[in-house]
Amino acid sequence: MIVELGHFALVLALLVSIFQMVVPAWGARVRDERLMAVAEPAALCQLGLLLVAFLSLTQAYVTSDFSVANVAANSHSTKPLLYRISGVWGNHEGSMVLWVLILALFGAAVAAFGRNLPPTLKANVLAVQASIAVAFCLFILLTSNPFLRIDPPPADGQGLNPILQDPALAFHPPFLYTGYVGFSIAYSFAMAALIDGRIDAAWARWVRPWTLAAWMCLTIGIAMGSWWAYYELGWGGWWFWDPVENASFMPWLAGTALLHSAVVMEKRDALKVWTVLLAILTFSLSLMGTFLVRSGVLTSVHSFAVDPQRGIFILAIMTLFTGGGLALFALRARDLRQGGIFAPLSREGALVLNNILLTTACATVFVGTLYPLVLESLTGDKISVGPPYFNMTFGPLMLPLLIALPFGPFLAWKRGDVLGAAQRLMFAAMLAVVAFALALAAFYRGPLLAPFGLALGVFVMAGAVSELANRVRLGSVPLAEAWRRLLSQPRSAMGTTLAHFGIGLLVVGVVATSAYREERILVMKPGEEVSLAGYTLAFRGVAPSTGPNYREELAVFDVTRGGAPLTRVEPSRRLYDAPPQPTTEAGIHASWRGDLYVVLGDAQKAGGYAVRIYFNPLVRCIWLGALIMFFGGAVSLSDRRLRVGAPGRARRIAAPAPAE
Amino acid sequence: MTRKQRRGVLISVGVGVLMLAVGLVLFAMRDSIVFFHTPSDLAEKPIAVGQRFRLGGLVAAGSVKRGEGAKVDFVVTDTLKEVPVVYEGVLPDLFREGQGVVAEGTLTAQGTFVADTVLAKHDENYMPPAVAKALQERGVKLGKGVTHPAEGTQ
Repeated sequence: MIVELGHFALVLALLVSIFQMVVPAWGARVRDERLMAVAEPAALCQLGLLLVAFLSLTQAYVTSDFSVANVAANSHSTKPLLYRISGVWGNHEGSMVLWVLILALFGAAVAAFGRNLPPTLKANVLAVQASIAVAFCLFILLTSNPFLRIDPPPADGQGLNPILQDPALAFHPPFLYTGYVGFSIAYSFAMAALIDGRIDAAWARWVRPWTLAAWMCLTIGIAMGSWWAYYELGWGGWWFWDPVENASFMPWLAGTALLHSAVVMEKRDALKVWTVLLAILTFSLSLMGTFLVRSGVLTSVHSFAVDPQRGIFILAIMTLFTGGGLALFALRARDLRQGGIFAPLSREGALVLNNILLTTACATVFVGTLYPLVLESLTGDKISVGPPYFNMTFGPLMLPLLIALPFGPFLAWKRGDVLGAAQRLMFAAMLAVVAFALALAAFYRGPLLAPFGLALGVFVMAGAVSELANRVRLGSVPLAEAWRRLLSQPRSAMGTTLAHFGIGLLVVGVVATSAYREERILVMKPGEEVSLAGYTLAFRGVAPSTGPNYREELAVFDVTRGGAPLTRVEPSRRLYDAPPQPTTEAGIHASWRGDLYVVLGDAQKAGGYAVRIYFNPLVRCIWLGALIMFFGGAVSLSDRRLRVGAPGRARRIAAPAPAE
Repeated sequence: MTRKQRRGVLISVGVGVLMLAVGLVLFAMRDSIVFFHTPSDLAEKPIAVGQRFRLGGLVAAGSVKRGEGAKVDFVVTDTLKEVPVVYEGVLPDLFREGQGVVAEGTLTAQGTFVADTVLAKHDENYMPPAVAKALQERGVKLGKGVTHPAEGTQ
């Protein structure tokens, strides 16, 4: 009964979305206040209906109602409660419901908090947002309906893929979708501006918080996915340049560029056309990610079951919104008043460089991800483009970006003083040189580029800190005064510092792990010892054990370092009951120095087990860096000037105020 | 700087970065692309010794032999032709005789494939689509497993 209610709510949400798509847009065209005003309640109503749909599906999962086909196919009565809930979005149909729910959430947030938006802009934004909801509600109802019943219901469900039964993965999709879908707001704003034929600095002010929120969630979502892949898949790696990973990484790159270009637009009233284009492209890349994952054109750990019909439907949606967006852009972009051209050596010049490098890097990832698909459909040749391609193309483009990054915040708007910035970065540069020398001395092995990469990461981190120190005039005023200044810094500036620091930390982690990882593969018998990276591991043996819904072989290794007992790691090989599937659980000893990572392999005929041991130095910095970037975004978002509902302030800025 | 010069700088930086990227992409594409072949493909069109590629097919029944240490020998077959493979390392969870497999590596002069990567499949019934397709093209009947993609890369 509740499931039917959810089904009905989904159909109603579709109807409300159609209404919300047509009426306010028409109202904006004929300038009818009353027609435009319906967008607001419609958006809230759509959210309510989709919430009902989502909750009723969740209820079916929690109570293990196997008469619902979707629950029977993806859940199991012995599954712990957390994974029964996360199972809702652990499959294609359910995750689409979450997708449109988040879409509606963003639309409703614009309706509720965007009280100071000009009415026509708001009406158009909500109409465009609703058009996306229409497309995806139709998609769910026509090709991927999670509310269908089966008769007779099976005695028990088929279960969720055990590698997805994991806390990090329970929360990875919601964050990722919030990121993906959040960019729809930027898209809707861009489309609304093009429909209106008007755009100004205030537009960027409205778009930025939404983009920032989406960017934050995408950052943490990708980081969670990477963390999960690291400890769950047992390959010891954290990023594989898998096409589906790339599908989430491309919108991130474009979204990062969008965040920065929106700053230029807001402060200097320039780069308008570019920002609008970037907003369209970012969401298009999100849609492409959705297409790649769900159409079956890619095969990956992340992709859902193949159904050509769905693929064609999503391809049509993607073509409609990307093509429609770009067509409207081509038609109307000329009408947007162009901003000024500015000096290359200035804050805005640095931000343009950021945009050029990020979008180009995004393009190289795009080529590497789609080339195999295109080649196969054209010539039938099957190829794979692996990590070497991405390291060779993406890496060199990140180098200039990271070198230039610390300079940016030091440059003034309009005309920057690079020499002055370089002087202020002397301390950071010195730290980087020290890091370079230390790395060179500590690791005589490994590629020569690695110490340079580490130094670069340190440079970015130290550069971010020195910028903050410079702001509060640390050293030239008394400490108490500097502290007071620090507290009165605008939150958006603090956010920038944090995010840039985070990226530096991430670079350090990435370089250290990639260049200095140690690896041993060997056969060990109980009682044997092996040494790696200063640790000594004594293999105690393997014992069978049982968990709530699996059986496992648990190996025990006692780890000592310098003779002193340190810890015990217990890698295992599990066999889940439903579905019957073996998985590898790595045994990890994490520390600031790095992770000791042990994987148990097959039993050998001659006795003993194959064992794989890694030492991943500083690997923690990768996720910590991403987490700091997330918090940087959050701090920036809490800035009063950016607060979506802060009235008056935005209006004042909206007036053509001279910069600086 | 005049307006024109400023625009010039902007455009030349943009074009410069783009050219750099195109150069890198072309260079990387030449070296780091890996082709996929089945044993029958190899019989028809031999691959040069030392050339990296991916070999896909089924692990032949009864062919898995564990050697010294973590060394494993097995045979990849597409039911028409066979290629012997040697691999040293920990095999993926779902490596089984009769199951689909994709190995990456090079051929030796003796015709043995030395794999440095064996791709894991996280699904009991999984078969790499490339293998499934290649097998279907050769008229091999497949089970239901073809519909669950879950490829892992190492």
